[in-house]
Amino acid sequence: MKPAPFRYHLAGTVPEAVSMLAELGEDAKILAGGQSLVPMMTLRLARPSDLVDITRISGLSYLRAGLDGLRIGALTTHRMVETTRDPAVLAGFGVLARAARWIGHYPIRARGTFGGSIAHADATSEWCLLAVLLDAQVVLAGPGATPRERTVPAAEFFCGLFTTAAEPAEMITEIWFPRPSRSAALAEFAPRQGDFAVVAAAASVDIDSRERGAACRSVRVVVGGVGSVPFVVDTGAVAGLPASASTWREVGELAASQIDPPEYADGDAAYRRRLTATLVARALDEASRQ
Amino acid sequence: MSWVGARVPRTEDARLLRGRGRFADDVTAPGQLWARVVRSPVAHGRLRSVDAAAAARSPGVTAVLTAACLPAGLAIPVRLALQGIDLSSYLQPVLAAGVVRYVGEPVAVVVADDPYAAEDGAELVDVDIDELPATLDAKLASAADAPRLFAAGNVAADFTLGYGDTDAAFAAAAHVSEIEIQIGRHTGVPLEPRALLAVPRWAGGGPDRDGGLDIYGMTKVPVFNRDVLARMLAVPAGRIRAHAVDAGGGFGVRGEFYPEDFLIPWLAVTLRRPVKWAEDRAEHLVAVNHSRQQSLTLAAAFEADGRILALRADVLHDNGAYCRTHGITVPELTVAMLPGPYRVPAYAGRIRVVLTNKTPCGTYRAPGRFEGTTAREQLLDVAADQLGIDRVELRMRNLLRSSELPHRRALSTLGTDVVLDAGDYQGLLATAMAEADRLGLASQARLPPGPDRSRGVGVAMFLEKSGLGPQETADIELDETGAIRVLAGGTSLGQGIQTVLAQIAAEALRARVTQVASEILEAAEDDLVLDHGTVSVRGDPESRITFGAAAAAASPPGLRARGRFDVSHMTYPYGAHVAVVEVDHGTGQVRVLRYLVAYEVGRAVNPALVEDQLRGGVAQGIGGALLEELRYDEAGQPQATTFIEYRMPTAVEVPPVDVLVCEQAPAPGNPLGVRGAGEGGISAAGAAVACAVRDALGLAGGVGALPLTPARVRGLAESATGSSPANRAGSQVRPASYEESR
Repeated sequence: MKPAPFRYHLAGTVPEAVSMLAELGEDAKILAGGQSLVPMMTLRLARPSDLVDITRISGLSYLRAGLDGLRIGALTTHRMVETTRDPAVLAGFGVLARAARWIGHYPIRARGTFGGSIAHADATSEWCLLAVLLDAQVVLAGPGATPRERTVPAAEFFCGLFTTAAEPAEMITEIWFPRPSRSAALAEFAPRQGDFAVVAAAASVDIDSRERGAACRSVRVVVGGVGSVPFVVDTGAVAGLPASASTWREVGELAASQIDPPEYADGDAAYRRRLTATLVARALDEASRQ
Repeated sequence: MSWVGARVPRTEDARLLRGRGRFADDVTAPGQLWARVVRSPVAHGRLRSVDAAAAARSPGVTAVLTAACLPAGLAIPVRLALQGIDLSSYLQPVLAAGVVRYVGEPVAVVVADDPYAAEDGAELVDVDIDELPATLDAKLASAADAPRLFAAGNVAADFTLGYGDTDAAFAAAAHVSEIEIQIGRHTGVPLEPRALLAVPRWAGGGPDRDGGLDIYGMTKVPVFNRDVLARMLAVPAGRIRAHAVDAGGGFGVRGEFYPEDFLIPWLAVTLRRPVKWAEDRAEHLVAVNHSRQQSLTLAAAFEADGRILALRADVLHDNGAYCRTHGITVPELTVAMLPGPYRVPAYAGRIRVVLTNKTPCGTYRAPGRFEGTTAREQLLDVAADQLGIDRVELRMRNLLRSSELPHRRALSTLGTDVVLDAGDYQGLLATAMAEADRLGLASQARLPPGPDRSRGVGVAMFLEKSGLGPQETADIELDETGAIRVLAGGTSLGQGIQTVLAQIAAEALRARVTQVASEILEAAEDDLVLDHGTVSVRGDPESRITFGAAAAAASPPGLRARGRFDVSHMTYPYGAHVAVVEVDHGTGQVRVLRYLVAYEVGRAVNPALVEDQLRGGVAQGIGGALLEELRYDEAGQPQATTFIEYRMPTAVEVPPVDVLVCEQAPAPGNPLGVRGAGEGGISAAGAAVACAVRDALGLAGGVGALPLTPARVRGLAESATGSSPANRAGSQVRPASYEESR
């Protein structure tokens, strides 16, 4: 459990980091919180030729809620999201703070970063699911004489197993959540507290409470752990259905019928399917109570 | 105040908690090299060649050694030979030559200037293997026409222990209950994996074979391991010094003699340099002994009133690729201890020890008893439900009564006859049930569970064994400076033996020092007060003498004694576990809400340490019951090679554990009356949790397999009939009709 040889580089600014990445080629990797990359390196599952350490770049650690939504700096730790008391963040994006507790253990949350988690693109990652659920935009900086910036919608950012739309010389600088969603929740199941989720379900609901008995306007569901990228469930025509446990169960069954989960050590595909039905219903239920 | 029985804080802790422990990997020697073992990447195959050329050229690499470099025919010997069974055809070579039989089997070793260079070099060793089909299922492997892993066949041992006429008993029975259960593959996971440092000693001008060897890290059975090593190196045992250092737990797996225990010293002698090896966790999980994996089929014959007439067991033991130091200890103990604390008039337990292409097995805390107790207690719950008798009451009716002890069973284990010495099994169970009631376990089980959840209670009774050294010699010395030294052969694996030996020594020394001081001070022994190394006369503080002065006055000067203890029979502690669980029918997750262990230890030298031993055992047992499993894929690749996949419980998964340490039945077999305390927390944890899950789900049969992973439990929940969570509210736990049963 000693990593293969690599070269280490410290970047002081974003332009410096991306120009280093451009120069070093595609076997170079960014080191942020190191909570996924470093274990993979010690197991020699990841063998970057070079590490570009961005942890000393200032100004990338923030949660800023305003009229245009919520902007989260790439180096913001999970713990900062978990413990934020900013009413503007909690009002529209409370699901992020509530979901953070599912991420690893305290030391992992204290070091791991929001941008690192998005870049790592684990399909069970809480941030990846919520980014897709809430239509987040991933802001990328690229190299060049005049450094360029582009944004990619989260739904297009995750391309495959641990694969993203980011170019090798690009780095994530920010994740932008343009649209608040008060009624959202994430439910997941892991065998132990802090384990990777076997299945995780993120859901948001829009409920018309003016009608008697409260009816759904729309629901959105994204499931992790059932494929190589976050899976967006086709929830069908839910408008007008009662905002009740039986509807949530129906949507859960619908989600279960759409997925084609892999066989992993955690349980067979049939188990993941049942788990999906359960967790989607639970996430919707929790979302509807927010 | 009596020292034996006192809650003395651990003398080890001041050092360990300040970070002043000295674990094996902390020990270094100037000029040391680092070894890295190259392991087989495949489960089964013919080893065509091992090409070390590229590795040898890698920066920092000093040497690469393969089986061809070693003396021929070296194998790891069996430490515990039992039942007269010859296992010599199944021993593990130090380095594989010809055939590899599991992923992780050592095939070469790279020695380098630092651990990074060693690991880089190890990657470059080119191991050419012709893959053969892997045999991973013990049942398939035991078939006569199965592909042979060894010329001698795949079944290393096949024998039956028992007594009485089981056939007649089953024929006459009013009722027969049967279950099958698989116990998963687990292992012990000490905080520090294995580590060794071998330092050749200088004789004359330089280090050489004649100078001998110091070895650090052989902590468990250092004397035995030193002797094995001496034989394998062909040097006198006196030239080797095995230094036991701190260990972060052993749990049966750490400290046995493994291939590395020969390789590292041999490298040091051969290269004439200190050589260090520190196993990493990924290595540990494929290289250290695995344990537990068994398939048990049990049947019990009952009278209509629930009395057991006979018990049959058929146990298939998956021993992995070789027989290592423990030989057949685990399967033998499984079968020998299976009747437990119950009155079983006739018994037949068959065991087959089968070899498969997995990591070889050895003991792990409560070897054989965790497995057997899980199976037997499931069987009793299934039988109780079938007979319509309360589960605790069925146990009461079948537990041996005090008046029936000592109880001899016509079978042997670990080379001793099984004679259950003394105790009150029914009393212990009644005490446990009353305590569970008092602590509110039963009422907690009856509280309404969360949505889509149900609760259940499991009660398991168990018999343990301990106390078989079978011999030990100890020295105690009080010198003229007042210093006291105790020398004993037991090693400190973290269990607090240093504290406990000090307590026992203090108790014994007090009598002797008082006697000597009474002669010198010319005072009656009853009038003497011992305090901080000084003896004084009560009411006459001027009349005093230090321990050192008392020792100096003795003739000859110094107080010293040697004691030797030999024992031919084990002691049998016993106890009961009660678990309350909640099962989430949606996810299949089992949460253990409450846990109680009641354990008869004869006498607790230090009750605080006993309680913590029991709590630690419960935590490990919950891991084995619910979480931990060393799975393999169909090609024989291990699926649990990090702590992500090998799921030990964390503080979140382990509930508060209530412990009731009982000292009602001192063991007749030793002067202290102690029965042993290290394994009672884990022995029945699989059983109690499995019984509680079965209760929560309302299963008619047994749970079928441990660990009860979420996927497995969800499957059981779906298969259970009439187990809608709404219909269940935990079973009855009440103090059973103990008096009636007497």
